[in-house]
Amino acid sequence: MSNQIHSTKLQDKVESNVFVMFVMLAVLLSVGGLVEIVPLFYLKGTMEHNKHPEIVWQREPGETLADWKPGDGIRPYTALELAGRDIYIREGCYLCHSQMIRPFRDEKERYGHYSLASESMYDHPFQWGSKRTGPDLARVGGKYSDEWHRQHLIAPRSLVPESVMPNYPWLATNMLDGDSVVSMVKAMATLGVPYTEDDYGADFSRAAEEVKGKTELDAVVAYLQVLGTMVTFEEGVDYRE
Amino acid sequence: METTEKYHFDVVRWFTIMAVVYLVVGTLVGVLIASQLAWPALNFDIPELTFGRLRPLHTNAVIFAFGGCALMATAFYTVQRTCGVPLWSNKLAWFTFFLWNFIIVAAVITLPLGLTQGKEYAELEWPLDILIAIAWLAYSFNFVMTIANRKTSHIYVSNWFFLGMMVMITYLHVVNSLAIPVSWFNSYSIFSGVQDAMIQWWWGHNAVGYYLTAGFLGIMYYFVPKQANRPVFSYRLSVIHFWALMFGYVWLGAHHLQYTALPDWTGSLGAAVSLAMIIPSWGGAVNGMMTLSGAWDKLRTDYVLRFLIMSLAFYAMSTFEGPVMSSKTVNALSHYTDWTIGHVHSGALGWVVMVAAGAIYHMVMKLWNTEMYSAKLVNLHFWLATIGAVIYIVAMWVSGIMQGLMWRDYDAFGTLSYTFAESVAAMHPYYVMRAVGGAIYWLGGAVMLYNIIMTIRMASATRAVGAPAKA
Repeated sequence: MSNQIHSTKLQDKVESNVFVMFVMLAVLLSVGGLVEIVPLFYLKGTMEHNKHPEIVWQREPGETLADWKPGDGIRPYTALELAGRDIYIREGCYLCHSQMIRPFRDEKERYGHYSLASESMYDHPFQWGSKRTGPDLARVGGKYSDEWHRQHLIAPRSLVPESVMPNYPWLATNMLDGDSVVSMVKAMATLGVPYTEDDYGADFSRAAEEVKGKTELDAVVAYLQVLGTMVTFEEGVDYRE
Repeated sequence: METTEKYHFDVVRWFTIMAVVYLVVGTLVGVLIASQLAWPALNFDIPELTFGRLRPLHTNAVIFAFGGCALMATAFYTVQRTCGVPLWSNKLAWFTFFLWNFIIVAAVITLPLGLTQGKEYAELEWPLDILIAIAWLAYSFNFVMTIANRKTSHIYVSNWFFLGMMVMITYLHVVNSLAIPVSWFNSYSIFSGVQDAMIQWWWGHNAVGYYLTAGFLGIMYYFVPKQANRPVFSYRLSVIHFWALMFGYVWLGAHHLQYTALPDWTGSLGAAVSLAMIIPSWGGAVNGMMTLSGAWDKLRTDYVLRFLIMSLAFYAMSTFEGPVMSSKTVNALSHYTDWTIGHVHSGALGWVVMVAAGAIYHMVMKLWNTEMYSAKLVNLHFWLATIGAVIYIVAMWVSGIMQGLMWRDYDAFGTLSYTFAESVAAMHPYYVMRAVGGAIYWLGGAVMLYNIIMTIRMASATRAVGAPAKA
C-alpha cells in the first residue's frame, strides 16, 4: 500500500474548497431525480389513458358527477368521497392498506385487475400504500355492502375475528363540516382536477350541501365504495405494455 | 458552563442529551405500536392513540427527533474538531436547536391529532415544513461556513458526507413537500398518482440514503478512528466510495414501486443501480472495519468500540439485503410484507442507532471530560441492542416471507390456499416476538439514558468540588 496519500487534481481541488464541493454535489445529486421523475410528466406511455382514452369519463356538456355510473371511466371524487378520502388519510389507513394491485395471477384473483396509473391521477397525494397489514383496497368498491363497511369500520373484529385493525367508533358520531369540504374541492380544482361549474357551482359552495347532515362514516363508506369501480376493463387488452 | 472553551460545545452537549431522550421516547412509541398489532385492544378506542395516528409519530421521532439531534450534535462536534475552529455562529446553532425541538414538540401534538400530509416520513403539515426548511438551512449554512473558516487545508472525509446529506435533504424536502394548503393544517400534494409516487419514494429512499446513511457514515468516519485511535484504513477507498454513493444512491427510490403502475423502465433503472450500490456501501463498511486492523483486541475491553464495529456489520448486511430486495423477482414476494419492515429495522436498529450510540458515548466522555459512570452498563446496552435487534429482524424475516408465500399459494385445485385473514392470523406470534425484540432494544436505550445522566451528574459534581480537570 502506497505511503503517499495523494489525490487527483480534481479531488484535491474539491477537498480544499467547500464551495466547489458544494456545487459539485448539487449538480451530481440532481441527476438521478431528474432522470427518474421528469420523464413521468411528459412520456405518453406513463398514463394509460393516452393510448386508451375510453378509460377516462367522457363528460357530456351539462353532465354532473351525479350522472356518472360505475364503469363510465375515471372521474374526480365527489365532495362526499373526497371528505372520506381526507379521513382515510387522517386516520392513517394507507399505512396498513395498499391501493395498488400488481399484475400477478394471485393478485388478480384476490383483488381484481391490476391498477392503472391513470386510475390514481386525481389522487393528491397518491394512496398506493407500501404495506399490507390489511388487504389491498384498490378495487374494494362494490365488494361489500354499505352495512358491512359500517360495522367493519366501527368494530372490525365483529366481522373478521383475525383482524388487528383498530376500532373507529367516532366516525359514526363525527359530523362533516360543509366549509371544510368546500375548501377541499376548491383545492383539488386548483390543482387541475376537472370539476365543472355544474358539479358544485363556480365557487364550489354546493359541495357543502352534499355533505350536510352526513357523518364521517358516510364519507368513508362512500369513498371506499367507489374505489376501483371507475374503469370498465376490456378482456384481452394489455393496458400497460 | 465552560466560557473559556475553544469550541462551541454547549449546544453540542444539549443536542447530545436530547438525542438520547428522543431515542427512548421514539422507540417507546415503537414498542407501543408493535404491541397494538399483536394486541389490538391496545388502541384503546382513543383516536389519538390508534396505530394509524401513532406510526408517523414513531417514524418522525426516531428519524428526525433522535436522528436529527444525533446528526446535529455530531456534525457540529466533528466540524469544529476537524477544522480546528469554533462554529461560524454559536447563536445560529442555538437557534437551530430551539427551532428543531419546537418542531418536534409540534409533531408530538399534530400527528396524533391526525394532522398529516399522508406521505411517509414527510407527514408534518405545511407550516411545519416551512419551519423544517428554515432549521435545515440554518444547520447547513452554519456547517458550510465553519468549514470555510477552517485552519486545515483539506476538508476531512466526515464533512464530505455531512455536506452531501445537507444538499440532498434540501432538494428532497423542498420538492416532496410541495403542496397547496386547504387550511392551516391540511394540504394536498401538488403531485398526484404515479408522479407523486415516484417523487415520494425519491424522497423516502434518499432520506435513508443521505440522512440515515451518508450522515451516519460521516459520523462513522470520525468516531471509529477516534475511538480506536487508529487512522482510517484507506483514503483512496473513501474518495471512490464517497462519490459513487453520492451519485448512485439518488436513483434507488424506484425500487419501492416494482410491479406497480410505475413504468417498467423506471423500476428497472432503480433495481440496476440498487444492485450496483452494494459496492460503494461495502466500501464504507470495509473502510470502517479495517480501521481496526492490528487493533481488534481493543474490542475485548472497549465497549464503545463494540457499538461502532457492530453497527458496520449491520450496515454491510442491510446494504446487501436492500439491493437483493430491490430486484423485481425478490420484490414480487417481499413488497407489502413485513420483510420490508425487517429490512428497515436492521438498518435503523443495527446501523443507525448503534453507530450513533458509539458516537454519543464518545462525545459524552469528551464533552464532560470524564469516564462513563459505568462501563458495565455500556456493555449491557450493547448486548440488549444487539439481541433486541436480532430478535426483531428475525421475527420480521419469518413473518414477511411467510406472508408473501401465503398470499401467492395455490392448492392442488388451482385456487388460492389462504384468505387474507388467515395470513393475518399467522402473523400473530411474530408480531409478539417483534414487540419483545423491540422492548429489549428500548431497554438498552433506557440503560444508556440512565448511564449518561449519572455520568453528567458525576462530572458536574467533580467539577463543583474543584477537582483538577483531566488533560
